[in-house]
Amino acid sequence: MTSIPAAAETRATSSRAPLSESKGFLSFWFMLPAAVLLLVFLTYPLGLGVWLGFTDARIGRPGIFIGLENYEYLWEDGVFWLSVFNTLLYTISASLLKFALGLWLALILNENLPIKSFFRAIVLLPWVVPTVLSAIAFWWIYDSQFSIISWALMEMGLIDHRINFLGDPTNARASVIAANVWRGIPFVAITLLAGLQTIPQSLYEAATLDGAGRWQLFRYVTLPLLTPIIAITMTFSVLFTFTDFQLIYVLTRGGPVNATHLMATLSFQRGISGGQLGEGAAIAVAMIPFLLAAILFSYFGLQRRRWQQGGGD
Amino acid sequence: MASVAIRDVYKSFGSVQILHGVSVGIEDGEFVTLVGPSGCGKSTLLRMIAGLEGISGGDIAIGGRVVNNVAPKERDIAMVFQNYALYPHMTVRENMAFSLMLKGAPQEERNTRVKRAAEILSLSPLLDRYPRQLSGGQRQRVAMGRAIVRDPQVFLFDEPLSNLDAKLRVQMRAEIKELHQRLKTTTIYVTHDQIEAMTMADKIVVMHDGQVEQIGPPLELYDRPDNLFVATFIGSPAMNLLKGQIGTSGFEGAGGISLPFPARPGVAPGMPVVVGLRPEHLRLSDDGFPVKVVVVEPTGSEVQLIGRTPGGEEIAANFRERHAFRPDETIRLSADPGLIHLFDGQTGKRL
Ligand SMILES: Nc1ncnc2c1ncn2[C@@H]1O[C@H](COP(=O)(O)OP(=O)(O)O)[C@@H](O)[C@H]1O
Ligand SMILES: [Mg+2]
Repeated sequence: MTSIPAAAETRATSSRAPLSESKGFLSFWFMLPAAVLLLVFLTYPLGLGVWLGFTDARIGRPGIFIGLENYEYLWEDGVFWLSVFNTLLYTISASLLKFALGLWLALILNENLPIKSFFRAIVLLPWVVPTVLSAIAFWWIYDSQFSIISWALMEMGLIDHRINFLGDPTNARASVIAANVWRGIPFVAITLLAGLQTIPQSLYEAATLDGAGRWQLFRYVTLPLLTPIIAITMTFSVLFTFTDFQLIYVLTRGGPVNATHLMATLSFQRGISGGQLGEGAAIAVAMIPFLLAAILFSYFGLQRRRWQQGGGD
Repeated sequence: MASVAIRDVYKSFGSVQILHGVSVGIEDGEFVTLVGPSGCGKSTLLRMIAGLEGISGGDIAIGGRVVNNVAPKERDIAMVFQNYALYPHMTVRENMAFSLMLKGAPQEERNTRVKRAAEILSLSPLLDRYPRQLSGGQRQRVAMGRAIVRDPQVFLFDEPLSNLDAKLRVQMRAEIKELHQRLKTTTIYVTHDQIEAMTMADKIVVMHDGQVEQIGPPLELYDRPDNLFVATFIGSPAMNLLKGQIGTSGFEGAGGISLPFPARPGVAPGMPVVVGLRPEHLRLSDDGFPVKVVVVEPTGSEVQLIGRTPGGEEIAANFRERHAFRPDETIRLSADPGLIHLFDGQTGKRL
């Protein structure tokens, strides 16, 4: 085993000099367009945002550098901290629900259903519909006068007055989370379904013969083999949820009494609607540590597990 | 350990019938191979014994108990899959102990049983590796280890060697046979390779198109094939077949060749027959039938020859002696009358 990599290395070094010249030259030109695009459309806005966070810029008036003043102000601002709390609550509960329901749906879709492809197409629908459109649909569903949920529950005699979905802080939080879950499930379900399909049938058969029941098949075969995909899927799901803006903006605009204000919507409200560009930028920048933490968490969670590594010791 | 009885078993997938009434009796401790060309239903039959496929008709009994409606895990069988089906996220040790863990066996018992199986299969140094870190032959052994640890009534193997290279295959063949001699567990072994079947089995079941063609010990199948299918399937190189009819003193074939042999009961002159001659039973003889040499292949231990009869039929012959044949040369071959196989020209049954 040890002699093989060594041999490969000597071969590589002997042929390195002429190859690497043309290779480096070529790869520079191949990478240039991507690098320029990244710089222009990613790094520049990000840098500008960070810079604005250190200024007192307003719309129509370039600001001057004011150091950490925006952040000091936010540190004292109860609404900002409420939005941090809301964002965490929103992200954590919606992600957990999306994971549980998405996994459940994926497991169901992985069974041999009669019209499987039809169901799979249906499941994708919430994700295909533009967010704003589905948000507007939910707006109607949650409408205090015309809500179909209220109507149905009243017809069934389960409640005697309409539910105030978006007017009451607790209800509003639950409602926006439900809407986000509805929208996010397809992504989780379809990705996990793809993962489920990579698990060879013979492993289930072997485990069945080894004496595993349904739950044990899930616990000892499905779940461990699905973990890498779960990690990727949930990282993306958390990032999407944390930065969500459209649903809240259409449904509640952060109300009632800021109960559903997320960092993203607060940033928009202060920065664009309120014109305080610098402060809005500072709120947005405050999201970065959370996002970085999520990415780092998943990076370590995602590291190839030992059993996935091929060859050698 | 247990006997296995397969009684008039049918299997259909939807409207397609795959097995058309298969009956096999397997005794306690026997090593039986199911052999037949690809797609003849061997795996399906094995999976039915394991309980991975339902039984459409007939019944299967393990140790005298009909298991048609018994769940796979209650059947007390262990199966080795063609692709090994090792759990990739478990070490060799965990793979082997998995069934014991599910049963809730105490840690101590798991350890001793895994250790014993690992010693039998020389897997001890590999116990903490993951399947990815093993070679094909080692994975094969782990799959067997997983089966051994359970100490089941019956071992089922589904073409376990077909993913290995030729040399390893021969080696593993011997290991599996040795393992069986040691453990004496009833074993049903599926293969499409007749050499594997011949070398390993106490008893061979030859299958073809969802039916059993013949059941018997390897040498019996070789010496007395029941029909043309078994005759050509067992033995390598395959048996030569010459079409013709019964004449006054023996066989008369195309191109005027004749093979004398004493009269046999139930064989009347004029009857259309097929004669079967094993390549290794042909010998040079001045009063034999003429064969024109086409290709000569010396292998060192023997000389293999492919020739053509005057009737244009291809014929293969193996010689232990080092004859120097030349292409286009005409030689004369004959066979010991006792080694000539006769089959009915119409039904293909042995006469
Ligand atoms: N699940 C299944 N559904 C439909 N047909 C099947 C299924 N499994 C096997 N078959 C068919 O049954 C026949 C026998 O298959 P198999 O038992 O795997 O053959 P073998 O193992 O002898 O090569 C094949 O024609 C195959 O296509
Ligand atoms: Mg098969």
